[in-house]
Amino acid sequence: MSSTSNSSRGLTLGSSEPAVERLMKAISTFDYKSVVFPVLGVVIFCLLWSLAASRIDTSLGQFPGPAQVYSQAHTLVDEHFAERDKESAFYERQEARNEKKLAKNPDAKIKIRKYTGKETFFDQVVTSLQTVMFGFLVASLFAIPFGIACGLSDGVYKAMNPLIQIFKPVSPLAWLPLITMVVSATYVSESPWFEKSFLVSAFTVALCCLWPTLINTAVGVANVDKDLLNVSRVIKLPTAVHIRKIILPASIPMIFTGLRLSLATGWMVLIAAEMLSQNPGLGKFVWDEFQNGSSNSLSRIMVAVVVIGLIGFALDRVILLAQKTVSWDKQAILR
Amino acid sequence: MSIKKKFLEISKVGIEFPTPNGPFCALKDVDFTINEGEFVSIIGHSGCGKSTVLNIIAGLYQATSGGVILDGKEVDEPGPDRAVVFQSHALMPWLTVYENVALGVEQVFKGKKTKSEIKEWVEHNLRLVKMDHAMNKKPAEISGGMKQRVGIARCLAMQPKVMLMDEPFGALDALTRANLQDSVMQIQKELNTTIILITHDVDEAVLMSDKIIMMANGPAARVGEILEVDLDRPRERVALSKSDQFNQYRQQVLSFLYERKGVVDIEDEKRKRTIESDDTIDKDKIA
Repeated sequence: MSSTSNSSRGLTLGSSEPAVERLMKAISTFDYKSVVFPVLGVVIFCLLWSLAASRIDTSLGQFPGPAQVYSQAHTLVDEHFAERDKESAFYERQEARNEKKLAKNPDAKIKIRKYTGKETFFDQVVTSLQTVMFGFLVASLFAIPFGIACGLSDGVYKAMNPLIQIFKPVSPLAWLPLITMVVSATYVSESPWFEKSFLVSAFTVALCCLWPTLINTAVGVANVDKDLLNVSRVIKLPTAVHIRKIILPASIPMIFTGLRLSLATGWMVLIAAEMLSQNPGLGKFVWDEFQNGSSNSLSRIMVAVVVIGLIGFALDRVILLAQKTVSWDKQAILR
Repeated sequence: MSIKKKFLEISKVGIEFPTPNGPFCALKDVDFTINEGEFVSIIGHSGCGKSTVLNIIAGLYQATSGGVILDGKEVDEPGPDRAVVFQSHALMPWLTVYENVALGVEQVFKGKKTKSEIKEWVEHNLRLVKMDHAMNKKPAEISGGMKQRVGIARCLAMQPKVMLMDEPFGALDALTRANLQDSVMQIQKELNTTIILITHDVDEAVLMSDKIIMMANGPAARVGEILEVDLDRPRERVALSKSDQFNQYRQQVLSFLYERKGVVDIEDEKRKRTIESDDTIDKDKIA
């Protein structure tokens, strides 16, 4: 009731107020500190960076400063669209050719070939994103239920704990050769859903996404308020309802803390895994540029570095946003 | 109150908790009985094990020795027939007031009430504690006293044979507490609920109870004395504060708690035995 009356009052107020006044009001209430300081930080960093870069000479030329990196970013965008144009031109030519063939002879066999141009930077970004999300989802699908089981039952926890402690510190890159061999041996299909290289990278990511979620979920579940658990016992809630209505809502913050840690490490590991195994993705882009060794290579790698960072940041925000929609506590300060 | 039968029997209950230095005996030979519809307070110094007694009756703790019999059945696990009102209100912060009460109702009356009957029953119980105006609010949006009201509604809505209240007013300010005490007394009168109240507030115990169980200090805590409070109901706190009878009861509890520090000496032991054998207490003897 009160909210509707408020909003209607706001509307009438807004329409009667002149636009200029409203703008002035918006400017006067604008929080400068939240914009000025971050911008200042970035600007100072760029200045220091360009100063330092001008003093570093490598065998591939001078270390790139912000300006070179910016221009290479443009080049990468241009290259992407050039490649896309080439691709559509290829398909147009193919189509025209096929139509001609059909016009001559309606029974002619038509060959449709896929365009096999080189992947652009943005193709690699998309591949990496798909890989990390797939690996992350697979890991979460295992980690959350197992974490809940560990948190609920002391026996399960004691059984799982040695395995968790031993496998957690292992760099997933150590698993990479094993995963590669296992996937090649077991994933044999006429029309595979996924590329093998995709699965290898994704499982490597999954192996390191497992632990933070599992451990945080277990801790979150084990630390649910004792009184709430007692309420559940008094009411005699069946286990499924108990988990759904008490355990899950109570441990959502910890589960999401785990998910955020998982995705962050998963993203870091993925780049390394792609570099090491030459699987398509951003890691391969970096490695290819390094092997390429042109005068632009360092700038292009630097673009990748910045993009990797931005994507990592964006992924974290996505999880945070998911937490905000799922969590019951809308007032909680998430950072 | 004319026909009294042993409704809840706590006999020779003892409990030991394992500690690194060997088992710690918190309770030993706790013995008392409660009649149906009775309002009983358990009072004692903090740490004397009064909450432990309640938890054993609730089935949340397992007694090491002795046992609890409710309405002819032994208590061995928690259940809605012994619903608990917790000091910390223990409402699920992610559920609304209505949903918090419904959580228990849906479980207890599964298959016995239709959906609309369940809704009606939840609302009825919220009306009983005067919280029907905040049904769709989350616990974070209501005051401490209101939360406790909802806790009581959740408890009542499960239609327990005995309602266990673990210092339910402890965290509230004096005025809210008085208000809530009156509400509980009125509800108890209407529904004739059997209530066990854990408290460390002497006035509260005398005002609300038919019987006050005074616990001696632990370790190995026992029941020190049992005091029957024979004041007419409904009880008016302002009128009672001037009544000699009320002050006498109050004085008796205070003297047990502070002069004898809740310690049971041999004479008290004897007196307890006579109480047990008589089952009803001769007031003058204690006074």
